[in-house]
Amino acid sequence: MSSNAKHLHSIDAGHFKNTSKCQTEVMPIPDIVKISMSQHIGAPCKPLVAKGDTVKVGQKIGDTDAFVSAPIHSSVSGTVKAIETQRSAVGGNDTLVVIETDKKQELSEDIKVPEVSDLAGFVHAIRESGLVGLGGASFPTHIKFNPKNMDEVDTLIVNAAECEPFITSDHRLMLEDTQDIIDGMILVMKYLNLSKGFIGIEDNKPDAIAKLDEMLKARGHDNIKTFPLPARYPKGAERVMIYEITGKHMAAGVLPAALGVILSNVTSIAFVGQYFRNGIPLVNKRMTVDGDAVTTPKNVLAPIGTIIADVMEFCGGYKNPPKKILMGGPMMGRAIFSDQMPIVKNNNAILAFSKKKAVIPEETACINCGRCHEACPFGLIPTALADAYEARDAEKLQDLEVMQCMECGSCSFVCPARRPLGFMNKLGKGVVKEAGL
Amino acid sequence: MERQAYNNLTVASAPHLVTSLDTTRTMGYVLLALVPSFLVSTYVFGWKVILLTAVCVIASVGFEYLYNVIAHKRQTVQDLSAAVTGVLIAFNVPSSLPVWMAVVGCFVAIVIVKQLYGGLGKNVANPTIVARIVLFVSFATQMTSWPLPITVKVADATTGPTPLGILAEGSVKDLPSNMEMFLGFIGGSLGEVSAIALIIGGVFLIAKKIILPHTPIAFIGTVFVIALVYYGFSGDGNALQMAVFHICAGGVMLGAFFMATDYVTTPIMPKGKIVFGIGCGIITMAIRLWGAYPEGVSFSILLMNIMTPLIDNFFIKRNVVGGVKKNAKK
Repeated sequence: MSSNAKHLHSIDAGHFKNTSKCQTEVMPIPDIVKISMSQHIGAPCKPLVAKGDTVKVGQKIGDTDAFVSAPIHSSVSGTVKAIETQRSAVGGNDTLVVIETDKKQELSEDIKVPEVSDLAGFVHAIRESGLVGLGGASFPTHIKFNPKNMDEVDTLIVNAAECEPFITSDHRLMLEDTQDIIDGMILVMKYLNLSKGFIGIEDNKPDAIAKLDEMLKARGHDNIKTFPLPARYPKGAERVMIYEITGKHMAAGVLPAALGVILSNVTSIAFVGQYFRNGIPLVNKRMTVDGDAVTTPKNVLAPIGTIIADVMEFCGGYKNPPKKILMGGPMMGRAIFSDQMPIVKNNNAILAFSKKKAVIPEETACINCGRCHEACPFGLIPTALADAYEARDAEKLQDLEVMQCMECGSCSFVCPARRPLGFMNKLGKGVVKEAGL
Repeated sequence: MERQAYNNLTVASAPHLVTSLDTTRTMGYVLLALVPSFLVSTYVFGWKVILLTAVCVIASVGFEYLYNVIAHKRQTVQDLSAAVTGVLIAFNVPSSLPVWMAVVGCFVAIVIVKQLYGGLGKNVANPTIVARIVLFVSFATQMTSWPLPITVKVADATTGPTPLGILAEGSVKDLPSNMEMFLGFIGGSLGEVSAIALIIGGVFLIAKKIILPHTPIAFIGTVFVIALVYYGFSGDGNALQMAVFHICAGGVMLGAFFMATDYVTTPIMPKGKIVFGIGCGIITMAIRLWGAYPEGVSFSILLMNIMTPLIDNFFIKRNVVGGVKKNAKK
């Protein structure tokens, strides 16, 4: 399968895939887990358990009636010690269910392999599994799998690009759980009645491509193809990947379904395959632990709710005192203020950096070089957007299409003056919304 | 299990990685790209090239340093932009120019054109170009006395006209050969003489993605085409030969690769860069063919610098790959 002749602009952000050869290690059950009730885009869940309750693995401990949300399950067996509130990484408050583990990992009686016969049943099962977009956006998957215009959708794209530097957890998944990915794709394509499947994957993972190709061939799935993409950032962004594979441009605010596509992260798809095999909801997460503050960088499979400091200890502790810890990759990941935060569903990496790497570069004057425009996959003009933001000019921001920015950070990466251009676009969107345009 | 909790980590907006190609390194590449020209010039005109270049760099960096100190501004000399300006000022004057005059040029460039307008990124006109023009109109004699290149041995003469000067006198047959022009064994400002050395530097900058090829190609291409058409109709000499002559002569190569590509004073958008380059080419040729001066590169760049905000305004507008509105309504 060849790529489109035309690529969207992209950048070379480096790869740093130090852990791509590190077999995933299953982390021992920690003494305590803190499971957040807000692990998805949408309404937070309400705890279904109270202090003193005993819980088992896979037991539903949080849910809500809100449409955009996904239930939350216990990742351990043990006793609920507290329901506490902690400041979240984005500044709000998170409700956490604190569970003291008994290390027995007894499975909940509710766990059963889902039996479904139609789309409605499939979508319901996906909701009950607690699955959200595991690529980072954490949008509840059951909504994504049930678009309004289902009859116009015919393609499943599995996003396995993993274009963020450092992260290799998807790569390891593809090598270690190849079958789950294909099983998941078959299920989604069957119940959503999709005829074509693509696995978009950066060409810096030839071993994963070969393994997927081999298994697809052996199982005779000739309507599913791997689709190698240039190993450049941000080929794994939803709108970029859809263009690279289908040749269709997708504007911000448009759902992939409008272009006839369902796009899902490879880890989410593999989870679907696994869930329909063993019925265990989303309770574990594979993540890459790396960065110059980590003694032994690893790929780790940890229970959701594990405290980051415990994950670090499993990786040999800190080599240097950490000054910056990221949930996710360095391009779009979120810097958190404390290592006492718990792992959530969409954590695909925890990166810990020492003081040396945590220096925020000093901003200097824009020299009009235009590299930000050259870097933008959508051809926006970040330098002009930044000027419009600094002038709080909502109309100008709107004219220059600030809303089309997906905050991939490519402009900030290439800026020789170190201007936080991507972040200013984020703030610029706020200016436009405030002005009611 | 007591262990230290880290609750006071640095938070910042993504991305948490940045390129190593910052402003300083960018300017460093430009300096590197000027080395071939510097070497050829030193061979052609001798040790005065080294002296003049050194003085201009020290003066430019010194003026910027002092200005920042006196004006209580953040020190910016480490971004190397003043050093680049210094080298380019030296490249734009005859090697025989008295040193103090070159220092005056540096003052004009750094203090008046650059810093008074707000420093790097804020200046309207290219500092080097304005410095050259100020020197040219202030010290007309010294700025138009062109030392002979080492390869030309003339008894008792130390200076002679530039190829464009010869052309302005109307004597096409006395022009140096195109090969001499290409290599740089001709009279002229010290950094502009060798087309090949400038092309090597320019191609290096394009390959390193420091500059886009749009402006130089549009600029040089326009000069070439206008010369081809003009001499094709006028019948003065071989049109193709004269077209090659015009792109190698005077400041076209230096201007196209190193001054019309100055980020600050030229358009941001690629299409704007093409317009800028074509405009420079047209004005340059208009001055050369019909103007009072033999050479028009600096005036063309200055005029197009002034046009830059207009060009930017024209091209900086809604610009989204794929067109947004169409499928946004869906």
